[in-house]
Amino acid sequence: MSEPRSTGELKHTPLHALHVRLGGRMVPFAGYAMPVQYSSGIIKEHLHTRAAAGLFDVSHMGQIALRPRSGRVEDAARALETLLPGDIFGLPPGRQRYTLLTNDAGGILDDLMVSNHGDHLMLVVNAARKVFDETHLRSQLSQSCMVEPLLDRALIALQGPAAEAVLEALAPEVRALRFMDMRAATILGATCFVSRSGYTGEDGFEISLPAPAAEPLWDALLHNPLVAPIGLGARDSLRLEAGLCLYGADLDETTTPVEAALDWTIPKVRRASGERAGGFPGAELILGQLAGGVTRRRVGLRPEGRAPVRAGAPLFRTEDDTAQVGVVTSGGFAVSLNVPVSMGYVPPDAAAPGTRVHTEIRGKRLGLTVSKLPFVPARYKHR
Amino acid sequence: MLRFTRDHEWLRMDGDIATVGITPFAQEKLGDLVFVELPSVGARFDTGAVAATVESVKAAADVYAPVAGEVTAVNEGLAEQPGLVNAEPTGNGWLFKMKLADPAEVDGLLDEKAYDALTSAA
Repeated sequence: MSEPRSTGELKHTPLHALHVRLGGRMVPFAGYAMPVQYSSGIIKEHLHTRAAAGLFDVSHMGQIALRPRSGRVEDAARALETLLPGDIFGLPPGRQRYTLLTNDAGGILDDLMVSNHGDHLMLVVNAARKVFDETHLRSQLSQSCMVEPLLDRALIALQGPAAEAVLEALAPEVRALRFMDMRAATILGATCFVSRSGYTGEDGFEISLPAPAAEPLWDALLHNPLVAPIGLGARDSLRLEAGLCLYGADLDETTTPVEAALDWTIPKVRRASGERAGGFPGAELILGQLAGGVTRRRVGLRPEGRAPVRAGAPLFRTEDDTAQVGVVTSGGFAVSLNVPVSMGYVPPDAAAPGTRVHTEIRGKRLGLTVSKLPFVPARYKHR
Repeated sequence: MLRFTRDHEWLRMDGDIATVGITPFAQEKLGDLVFVELPSVGARFDTGAVAATVESVKAAADVYAPVAGEVTAVNEGLAEQPGLVNAEPTGNGWLFKMKLADPAEVDGLLDEKAYDALTSAA
C-alpha cells in the first residue's frame, strides 16, 4: 500500500493540545497541523454534523480587520469594493457577505467572508491565502485603511441542526441571528463575534474569540452530548455535498467568478449600468462574461457506480473521445447520500443538468451526469 | 500464519493459494473506506504491481501484489460493504486470493514480529 506522508514543521492552532487529547489524527494543512478526523472516523463525523451538531476548529483561517483611517466604515467598504465585485458599501452593520477578491485577468485571488462591525470591516480568508491577502490589501488599500491581521484570535464553527440549541444555552442572544447575521456576544466571559454561517450547508455559527478563551469554549460546547468534534475530512465531504467551493481546488487565479458559477456574488449594483458598476480588478472581463457567456462553467457531477472521481480527473464528451473538454476540481464521497459526487468545469453546452460526460480512472472510461448543486439541500435559517 | 509486506499488505497461505488484504495498521491510517476496486479473476501480477485500489472518504491508495501470481477469487462483498476492510481487515475484509507463481517467494515476506516492529517504529 502507498505510504502516508509525514507532518514536518507545522504551526499549531490554540486548540492543538485538545485535538491531540481527543484522538485527532493530525495532518498538515495550509502550514498547520490540523485534525483530519478524530477516533470515530470521517463517516460518523459527517453524519453527526447533519444529524446533531459538529464542532470544528477553523482557527487556521485568517481573520483580518480592515479599519478606515477616516473612522467611517463606509470608506473601508468603498475601498474594499475596488478589489472585489461584491456589494460591501450596502452591507449593513451586523451583516456578513461571501465575496471574491479578483485580479486584473478576472481570476479569483481568494474567496472570503466580509462582515460589517460598525466601525470597521472584518474579513475571514483562507488559511493558505492569508499572507497573500494581507499583503494585497495593504498594498492596495493602505491610503484609506489599516490592515490588521488578528493573530491572537481563534475561530470555532458549530454546525448542524442542534447548533442553535447548543449555543443558545451559553449565549441566549444568538437565537435572534439569521443566516449571515453577525453580532458581538460575551460567552463564558470572553468577547466573541458570532456569525450565523458556515461551510457545511447546515444551520450553524462561526465564533471568533480571543485565543486563550478557545479551550474553555470548546470544552463547554463539547460537554453537550449533542456535540462531537469534527475534523477536516468531514469538513471537506460536508462542503462538497453543499456544493461549496474550495479555494485552490475549485477556484484559483485563472478561474473567474462567472466560470465558477458564482455570479450570484456580483449584485446588480456592481454590474453594467449599476450604481457602482465595475471598478474592481478584471471588471471588464467579468462583466463581459456576465453578458456574453463563458467557455467553461463549474457544475456538479454524479459519477455512475461507486468509485469516487477525484480532483484532476479529465472530462470527455463521450465514451471514446480523446479530446479533453473539462476537469474535475473536487471529488469524493457524499456520505449523506452514500454515493460519490464531484464538481468540475465543463463547456457551457455540456453544463445543463442531465448532460452525460465521461472521465477516465485507472485506464477505464466512466460516465458522470451533470447534476444541480447543492447535492444536499442547504438548511440555513433565513427567518 | 500471516505474512506481511513493508507496504502494509498481509497474506495468508492455504496450499499454494494466498489470501491478500491490507493490515489493521493500514486501514487505520486510511480511515473509513467507501470504495474498493478489485482485480479481475484470472489477472496476473508481478510482485509489487498495483493489484487493487482502496478509497477512503479522503484519498485513494494502491494495494500492491505482495507476491507474483494469478488472481483466483475476489471478495465480492466489498462492493456493497467496503467498510468490512475497516471492521475486519484480516478476516471478512480480505481483498483477493492468488495462486502463487513461486510459493518460495513467501519466505521473503515479513513475519508478524518483524511487521509489528516496522509499524511500531513508524
